[in-house]
Amino acid sequence: MPHVVGEDTSGAAPARGPLRRAIESDLWYSFTRSPVTVVSAAVTLVMILSAAFAPLVAPHNPFDPATISILDSFYPPAWMEGGNPRFLLGTDDQGRDILSTILYGMRISLAVGFASVLFAMVIGVTLGLVAGYIGGAVDSVIMRIADVQLTFPAILIALLINGVARAMAGPQSYDQVVLVVLVLSIGLSFWVQYARTVRGSVLVEANKEYVLAARLIGLRPWTIMFKHVLPNVMGPVLVIATINLALAIITEATLSFLGVGVPPTEPSLGTLIRIGNDFLFSGEWWITIFPGITLAILALAVNLLGDWLRDALNPKLR
Amino acid sequence: MIAFAIRRFVQALGVMLVVALISFLMFRFVGDPVNQLVGVDTSPAEREALRQALGLNDPVMIQFSRFIVRAVQIDFGISYQFKQPVAALIASRLPATLELSFVSALFALAVGVPMGVYTGLYRNTLLARGFLAISLIGVSLPTFLIGILLIFVVSVNLGWLPSFGRGETVSIGGMWTTGFLTRSGLLSLILPAITLGLFQMTLIMRLVRGEMLEVLRTDYIKFARARGLSRRAVNFGHALKNTLVPVITITGLQLGSIIAFAIITETVFQWPGMGLLFLQAVQNVDIPIMAAYLLLIAFLFVAINFIVDLLYVAVDPRIRLGEARR
Repeated sequence: MPHVVGEDTSGAAPARGPLRRAIESDLWYSFTRSPVTVVSAAVTLVMILSAAFAPLVAPHNPFDPATISILDSFYPPAWMEGGNPRFLLGTDDQGRDILSTILYGMRISLAVGFASVLFAMVIGVTLGLVAGYIGGAVDSVIMRIADVQLTFPAILIALLINGVARAMAGPQSYDQVVLVVLVLSIGLSFWVQYARTVRGSVLVEANKEYVLAARLIGLRPWTIMFKHVLPNVMGPVLVIATINLALAIITEATLSFLGVGVPPTEPSLGTLIRIGNDFLFSGEWWITIFPGITLAILALAVNLLGDWLRDALNPKLR
Repeated sequence: MIAFAIRRFVQALGVMLVVALISFLMFRFVGDPVNQLVGVDTSPAEREALRQALGLNDPVMIQFSRFIVRAVQIDFGISYQFKQPVAALIASRLPATLELSFVSALFALAVGVPMGVYTGLYRNTLLARGFLAISLIGVSLPTFLIGILLIFVVSVNLGWLPSFGRGETVSIGGMWTTGFLTRSGLLSLILPAITLGLFQMTLIMRLVRGEMLEVLRTDYIKFARARGLSRRAVNFGHALKNTLVPVITITGLQLGSIIAFAIITETVFQWPGMGLLFLQAVQNVDIPIMAAYLLLIAFLFVAINFIVDLLYVAVDPRIRLGEARR
């Protein structure tokens, strides 16, 4: 799939700007024709923006001890009996505003999600390029490892890497490196898909004339791999990255829910759900249900975007 | 066929050896096993004696082979946190996980296949579209969230089903505890089994639907219709039968995933299985349990893959021919 993103379909007209080209592309057309996709793109965008600007958007700062008061704890959502109009979605056991903790939590969830997708992408694409372009023993070793890893569910691998990292860091320093460990463990459990896809595309690309030409003029393998082959195999990689973003967010939430992820001092959505879960039975359902719904909407929206992107870039799959 | 089986077996052994090496390296080099076993006031001389007794001073290759010999004899050492043999701990937790996984797989099949057939046959009806939309949500929602929502609705608000534990269990021969024989045991199974099986159910449904759509387009179905066979005979006798090979394969392969994903469901429902044990081990850096669990899961995965591969060849002659030609 060479260069489909933003490609001009109506023939070359060099004077046009990139915006015009984007609007006239196939991709934009199929985007506007699918209301579900437009809605999920809007939802994703709003969530990313409100997470990024959480300090400006959130009505309270839930992690500033000066502004939270234990007297405000366990307020139900504002529209319910006993609710407080200051706290739209209610408060938790420490008197923190649920809406604000969700916004701040989404920030961490998204940050870990994006970082691990990026990490998995860098590892997977590099190994895939190397395996496909160099071939031979290097190829077999990399792909065997990929095969073995693919046999196991990603969550199990993430848990194991997490456990090993926890053992090596020691309990005291673990909380400081937890975000890095999370990104590493989620990233390392998702690289295989990129490697396999890129390797497959590279095997096709490597015999094309532009690669032969590049080799003929004496460019080094690394230059050919990253400057010439890579741009032409990026289409599928972007699709996988989008679908994996939802998976990475879910995996982070799951790890945090299991108690091996982000600590409660700076909670992500998963941690919030874990904390709130303790209060589910005593009637304070909003502490866990609202972060849960947020996570579900976020994952669903990103998933729908990924599905659409896959179909739009691969007409054959439809 | 035999050559194929042998080649697959050697591959399976190779995978097991790699996993065993990883588990061994974890066991041996992540944290010091001696430090985990002794108290703070143990003298260096005693530590050295223990080190010698555990064989930690031997060459690494000898330690690794000893690790494998012990693993084959189902001896994984002593848990750091419980101070009990790991094998016994896992054996006591195994029935809970296996029963839960089995019921989940059954649920996924019993609901997923009919839904898949229906959405394949009547793909433009409102109900079929509804099923597809639900399946998308089922794929997008994390397992633990489904569990929490089920607990919230069914246990907390409606009060119909228990939300944690296994209920009353009956011991069979001192080796196996089962929840199948008591009312509370069966009731306790329902919510965790649905939570664990939902993802597989949507997967099976989508798979059956896709296969049905594919098969319904083929000539032999058109021919069967032309012969004037009843819809029932065509849909179930001819079409569904031919979709079942991949379904059996995927279900088999998913069985391993179900057992692994039980970690999450067991945490949500406080189900006393292996997954909960493993999770505690990760939190408390109890390496022997982690290593043993990794090996056990790997063994299950490899064994299931191996059996599915063989079954696949036995069921579908086209693969056998392809292998012979190679």
